[in-house]
Amino acid sequence: MIDIQRLINRRKRQDLFFNFLGIACTLVGIITLLALMGDLAYSGLTRIDWQFLTSYPSSSAEKAGVLPALVGSLLLMFITVSLAVPLGVAAGVYLEEYSRKNWLTTVIEINIANLAGVPSIIYGLMALSLLVYQFHLGRTLVVGGITLALLILPIVIVSTREALRAIPNGIREAAYALGATRWQVIKDHLLPYSAGGIATGTIIAMSRAIGETAPLITIGVPLFISVLPDSPFQSTAPFVNFDWLTAKFTVLPIQMFNWVSRPDPAFHRNAAAAGLVLITLTLSLNAVAIVIRYRLRKKIKW
Amino acid sequence: MFSRPDFSRLTQIALATVITVVAPGLPARSAPPAKSDSSKAQIVSGDNLKSLKGAIEIDGSSTVYLVSEAAAEAFKDATKSGVNITVGIAGTGGGFNRFCKGELDIADASRPISKKEIDAAKANKVEYIELPIAFDAITVAVHKSNKLNSIKVSELKKMWEPAAQGKITKWNQVNPAWPNEKLKLFGAGTDSGTFDYFTEAINGKSKSSRTDYSPSEDDNTIVQGVSGTKTALGFLPFGYYEQNKDKIKGLAIEWDEKKTGPVEPTMANVLAAKYNPLTRPLFIYVNRKSADRPEVKAFVEFYIKNAAIFVSKAHYAALPETAYGRIMERFTKLQIGTGYNGQSEIGMAIDEILNREPK
Repeated sequence: MIDIQRLINRRKRQDLFFNFLGIACTLVGIITLLALMGDLAYSGLTRIDWQFLTSYPSSSAEKAGVLPALVGSLLLMFITVSLAVPLGVAAGVYLEEYSRKNWLTTVIEINIANLAGVPSIIYGLMALSLLVYQFHLGRTLVVGGITLALLILPIVIVSTREALRAIPNGIREAAYALGATRWQVIKDHLLPYSAGGIATGTIIAMSRAIGETAPLITIGVPLFISVLPDSPFQSTAPFVNFDWLTAKFTVLPIQMFNWVSRPDPAFHRNAAAAGLVLITLTLSLNAVAIVIRYRLRKKIKW
Repeated sequence: MFSRPDFSRLTQIALATVITVVAPGLPARSAPPAKSDSSKAQIVSGDNLKSLKGAIEIDGSSTVYLVSEAAAEAFKDATKSGVNITVGIAGTGGGFNRFCKGELDIADASRPISKKEIDAAKANKVEYIELPIAFDAITVAVHKSNKLNSIKVSELKKMWEPAAQGKITKWNQVNPAWPNEKLKLFGAGTDSGTFDYFTEAINGKSKSSRTDYSPSEDDNTIVQGVSGTKTALGFLPFGYYEQNKDKIKGLAIEWDEKKTGPVEPTMANVLAAKYNPLTRPLFIYVNRKSADRPEVKAFVEFYIKNAAIFVSKAHYAALPETAYGRIMERFTKLQIGTGYNGQSEIGMAIDEILNREPK
């Protein structure tokens, strides 16, 4: 009897131990994030004001601002997501629903997995030699967008496939049994059900893209910029214009990096403030995506 | 094409990211010495500058970036024009690479154009106007009470080379004639152009240095450190030393390898390019074709006219008025070519540089 009691106690101790170990491991991540945000906020929060958000870079730290970088980052994300999501989802659907298992799809799958592991600088080199020098697209927003879209494409494809795989096969079979074509099954059932998972993948991909610096530096994105890209919307017909696609741009991480590397410590405060703006931007983009995901998931009743 | 990305720059990005992320609290903040006001910058030609349009593309050295950025910013403020000026930091080599393909209007450079780059420009039929705009000089300073007046480059190397790490800790280890005192080293942080240039001039390789010294990105901290520590030695931009001459003592430099010196750190010596090897000229190169465009012409004239303001803002040594006058002349006469023959020659005075007919 006593033996059993002791055995149970030992197992319970082990359980407790692992419980604490788990908490400790979780805390490492949370504390790091909090310390990071705390440090940035401590050095940069007081620097963020309307002037900072609406000014151009300057050689005096007090007059400098992030406007072109902020606008550049937002426009770049817009292009990146509008390119990567349709391409990635289509590729994921094809691989999961249409393709037969043969050597070709195996090669494609291995390639996608490898692509996800290629360092981002390589994408920058590719964009420089192909898009800038071969296709003469210049060091413009559209080139930056294509580069980052290719960079996050594997993440979108993989998450699309995962989301499709999570849908019970019964749903497909039931739809086929009612005479639906493959496209109808995908359009009316699979895509709506997997939208949540795809959105999650896109959030992760976007968060990665918005912080990317290396490929953009490789393309030769400038630091100082004195005129913003044209607005994508205009008051006269046709109400949208695409001039901004070929505009020069700069982004928040590049601006931040430049400020960190300057000798004057007043610029370090600017860097911290720009970091906060970047984190806020990322979190708010994420928040939008999370709301979308939540609304999509609510509709699903299996 | 693969030569373009500057990998040391990328390491810096990685480092910078890590530093921003990890550094618990950034260094103490103190205002840099009195800055010249860029709003004093004057417009040169009174033509209708507001109507200027178009774009000016500048790329190159991150050292010269600080000057070009100030110029671009002041130009935007002064003219209120819609000219889109972009300034990048691809590095001098990266900038020339693009410039010689005809992609840039202006290249920022912390050295003269090289032989290879001259050939590349020729192959692409790119002509250029070479405009020196400032001198970048570094001063080696000690405590006021230090009896030392001059130092040899070889002695500096002994102190600062990576092999000195943890070993050279006393003055008499460098030179037996010096006191048996602790050697306390101060210097610019590893992210600064000052550090890159000092290590290149003294240790022969950019960024190669011992790491057990007190680094600071804020040059004022170096002034405080050296002025407050009797056994200290530090290096800092000449501009900062000039403003703090009363607090620290600048050493004359003896370049034993070339048997020159010792040369005192004075403005006259810097401008005469005698203060070696710690002085280098900084340039902008203007594409001859671009110089015909009104916006580029207006900007470059504005740049030269107010260069002294922008240069001192970036803590480099501005050239004398007369030199800027001659540089302006060189630009307005559109004298193309380089005075350097593809080699970076150390020890050319500003007048000598300007006297050489560009070819």
